[in-house]
Amino acid sequence: MLEFFRPLHRQVLAVIAVLTIWACAHYLNWDWLTQYRGEIISGIWITIWMTIASMVLGMVLATMLGLAQAAGPRWLALPARTYCTIIRGTPLLLQLYLLYYGLGWYFSGQPEIRQSIFWPILKAAPPYGLLALTLSVAGYEGEVMRGAFKGVPHGQLEAARAMGVPRFTAFRRIWLPQALHRALPTIGGETVLQMKSTPLLAMITIMDLYGVLNRVRRDTLLTYEPLLLLALIYMILAGLLVLFFRWLENRLPQRTA
Amino acid sequence: MLTPVVLSGAVSSFDLLAWSSPGWGATLVAGLWNTCLIAFGAYALGLLIGVAGAFGKLYGGPVTRDFLGVYTTLVRAVPELVLLLIMNFAVRDLINQAMLAMGYGRVELSGVAIGIIILGVVQGAYSTEVLRGAILSVPAGQIEAARAMGMSPTLLARRITLPLMAAAAVPGLANLWLTVTKDTALLSVLGFIELTKATSLAAQTTKAFFTFYLAAGVLYLALSLVSVVIFGRIERWARKGQRTLEGGAH
Amino acid sequence: MKKILLAAIAAIALGGVANAEAVKIGIDTSPYPPFASPDPDGNWSGWEIDIIHAVCKAAELECVITPTAWDGMIPSLTGGQIDAIMASMSITEERKKVIDFSDKYYNTPTSLLVPKGSTLKPTPDALKGKAISAQVSTIQEAYIKAHFPDSDLKTYQTVDEGFQDVAAGRVDASLADSIAIDGFLATDAGKACCENAGPVADDPTILGAGVGVGLRKGDPLKEKFNAAIKKIREDGTYDAITKKYFSSSIYGG
Repeated sequence: MLEFFRPLHRQVLAVIAVLTIWACAHYLNWDWLTQYRGEIISGIWITIWMTIASMVLGMVLATMLGLAQAAGPRWLALPARTYCTIIRGTPLLLQLYLLYYGLGWYFSGQPEIRQSIFWPILKAAPPYGLLALTLSVAGYEGEVMRGAFKGVPHGQLEAARAMGVPRFTAFRRIWLPQALHRALPTIGGETVLQMKSTPLLAMITIMDLYGVLNRVRRDTLLTYEPLLLLALIYMILAGLLVLFFRWLENRLPQRTA
Repeated sequence: MLTPVVLSGAVSSFDLLAWSSPGWGATLVAGLWNTCLIAFGAYALGLLIGVAGAFGKLYGGPVTRDFLGVYTTLVRAVPELVLLLIMNFAVRDLINQAMLAMGYGRVELSGVAIGIIILGVVQGAYSTEVLRGAILSVPAGQIEAARAMGMSPTLLARRITLPLMAAAAVPGLANLWLTVTKDTALLSVLGFIELTKATSLAAQTTKAFFTFYLAAGVLYLALSLVSVVIFGRIERWARKGQRTLEGGAH
Repeated sequence: MKKILLAAIAAIALGGVANAEAVKIGIDTSPYPPFASPDPDGNWSGWEIDIIHAVCKAAELECVITPTAWDGMIPSLTGGQIDAIMASMSITEERKKVIDFSDKYYNTPTSLLVPKGSTLKPTPDALKGKAISAQVSTIQEAYIKAHFPDSDLKTYQTVDEGFQDVAAGRVDASLADSIAIDGFLATDAGKACCENAGPVADDPTILGAGVGVGLRKGDPLKEKFNAAIKKIREDGTYDAITKKYFSSSIYGG
C-alpha cells in the first residue's frame, strides 16, 4: 500500500482525489441520505441477490448447454447453439420486455393460470426479472462452458474409462470440476458484467439499487448527486466481487503435475 | 407451448409490420438505422480512444498511465446504464457551458451525436484493454529480428507490429462491436429514438407487444449474425500469411 | 472524400442547427393519449399537441416539438436542451423550486383505475396493502407516497404500462389523470377490463394547481406563454380544440 504512493505524482493525484471527494461531499446536496437510507440498503440487497441467484441458476443451465454443445448428439447440440446465438444476439432489455410484458400479458389472459395457485408468483415482477437474467447468463456462459469442456485433455477421460469409472462419475469427479476450474477466471469477470446489467430490472418495477436512487433523483429533482452515489456503490460492489473471485481462485489448488 | 400463440399473434397482426402507415415497418427500420448509426459512430470513437489509450497505457508517462487506469477501471465497474445517464446530462452541460464561455450560443447536439459520444467513451475503455493486450501479444523476437535486419521504425510498424497486432485484436474487437450494438438499446431508457424505443412506441400504441418485440428481436439478431459473418471475413484476412494454431501445435 | 465525411459528421451532429432560434418544446417520448400520441410516420397528434401549435401561433413563436424522456424532462430544461415543457406537467411546489411555470392550461382531477367489479375506493383504508401503479416522477406517484403509505407503490416508465398491469391483474389499481383513465377506458382493452373508481381527495400541495408550461427560472418566455394562453382562451381557439377531443371543458376551476 505504501509502495503504491511512493512516486511523487501519485501523492499529488491522491491529494487531488481527496479534494474532489471533499468538494463533492461539501458543495453537493446530500440531505436526502438519512431519509432514504433504509430504501437504499434494501435496494443493495436486491441487486446482490439478483446477481447471485441468476449467476447460480444460470451456471447450472450453462453447464447443460455447454455439455450439449461439447459432447451431445446433433439434435441436442444444435438447439443449444441456436439458443446461445439468440440470447447473445439480442439486447437484454428487449428480452426483459418480451418476458414481462409479452409472456406476462399472455399468462394473465389465461383463466386457468390466473386462477391457479401460481398466479401470485406469476403476477409479480421479480420472477420475470430473475428469469430474464438467468436465461441471459446461460446464453453467455453456455459458450464459455463449451470451450471449458472441450479444453479438458481427452487423455484424462480415456484414463478414467480404462479404469472402469462409470460415465457419470467420470463426469462429476473429473470432467466437470476441471471445466469449472478452467472457466473460473471468465466467470468472475462475467459476474461483474451480470451485476452491471441488473439496473435494467428497474424497467419492470423492481426496486433494485438503481430503481431506488432513480426515485431519489426524481423526488429531490437533483440531477447528479444520486447518480454519483449510485456509481460509487456499484464500484464498491464490483471491487468486492473481484476480490472474492481472486480469493476463490487462490484457494483452489493448481495441480500442474 | 408458446410457439402457437406467438405464431398466431404474429400472423394476425402482420399488417402492423407493413412498411407504410398504418403499419409500423418503416418506423422500426428507421429505428434500426439510428441504432446502426449510433453503434458505428460509438465503435469508431471507441477505437480512436482505444488506440490512444493503449499506447498511453504502455508507453505513456506515469501520470497518463494512472489516469488511464482510473478511466478503464471506472467504466468497467459501473453499469453502462448509470454511466450513460450521468454522461447524458454531463456532456450536454459541459458542451453548453463551454460554448457559452467562449461567447457562442447554446448548441443543440442531435440525439445520435450525443449517443455516439457517451457510448463511445464507454467503448473506449474496453477498446483500450483489447488493443493493449493485442500490442503485448506481438512477440518481442519478431520486432528484434526486424530491427536486426535494419527495418526503419515506420516499415517495422507497417510490416510487423500492426499486422500482428490486428490479427490478435480482431476477435476482441468483434466482441466489442456486438456489445455496442446491444448497448444502444440502453439509450432507449434515456429517450433516444432507436430500435428498442421505436419498438416500444409501436407496441404501446398498438398493444401488440409480442409482435413488435419479436420483430425487433429478429432485427437485432440479423444485425448480429451479419456482423459475425463480416468479422469472420476480416479475421481470416487479418490472419493471412500467419501460421495457423493447428500448424503450430503439431 | 474528407470534405464529404466532415459534412456528413456535421449533419449528424447538428441535426437541428437550422432551427437554433426556434423554441424547443419538450413532450414525452411515450404516448399519452388523448393528449399526445405518435403515428407510424413519427407525427404527433392529440389535444396537447394542438394546444402547443395554437399557443406558439398566438405568441408568434417558431416552435419545434422535441420528444424527451419524461424522466429527464426537468434536467433537459435546466440544461438547455429544450426551452419549454408542455407534457401535461402539473404545477407543484416541489417542481417550482427548480423551474418556473406559466399559468395553467388545463386542470383535471386524479382518479383511480380499478378492475371491473372491484370494490376498491380511492381511500387509504381501502388501498391498504394493495399494489398501486403510477408513472414515475408524477404527482400521482407523490400522492401515493404521501396519502397511501401502506400501499405497495409500483412505478412504471409510462402511464400505459401501469394500466396494462391493472388489466393483467398484476397490480390492484392504478392512479392517474382522469382524462388518461377515460382515454384508456375508451379502448377495447380498457372497456373489457376496468373501470374508474372516481377521483381522490384533493391535496393542492401535491396534486398542484393544474398543468402549466415548464420554463427555466426567470425566462422571459413566461410572459409570452401567459399572454398566448390567455389569448387562445379568449378567442375561442382553446374551446374549439377541446371540442375535438372531449365532451366537456378540461380547463378546470
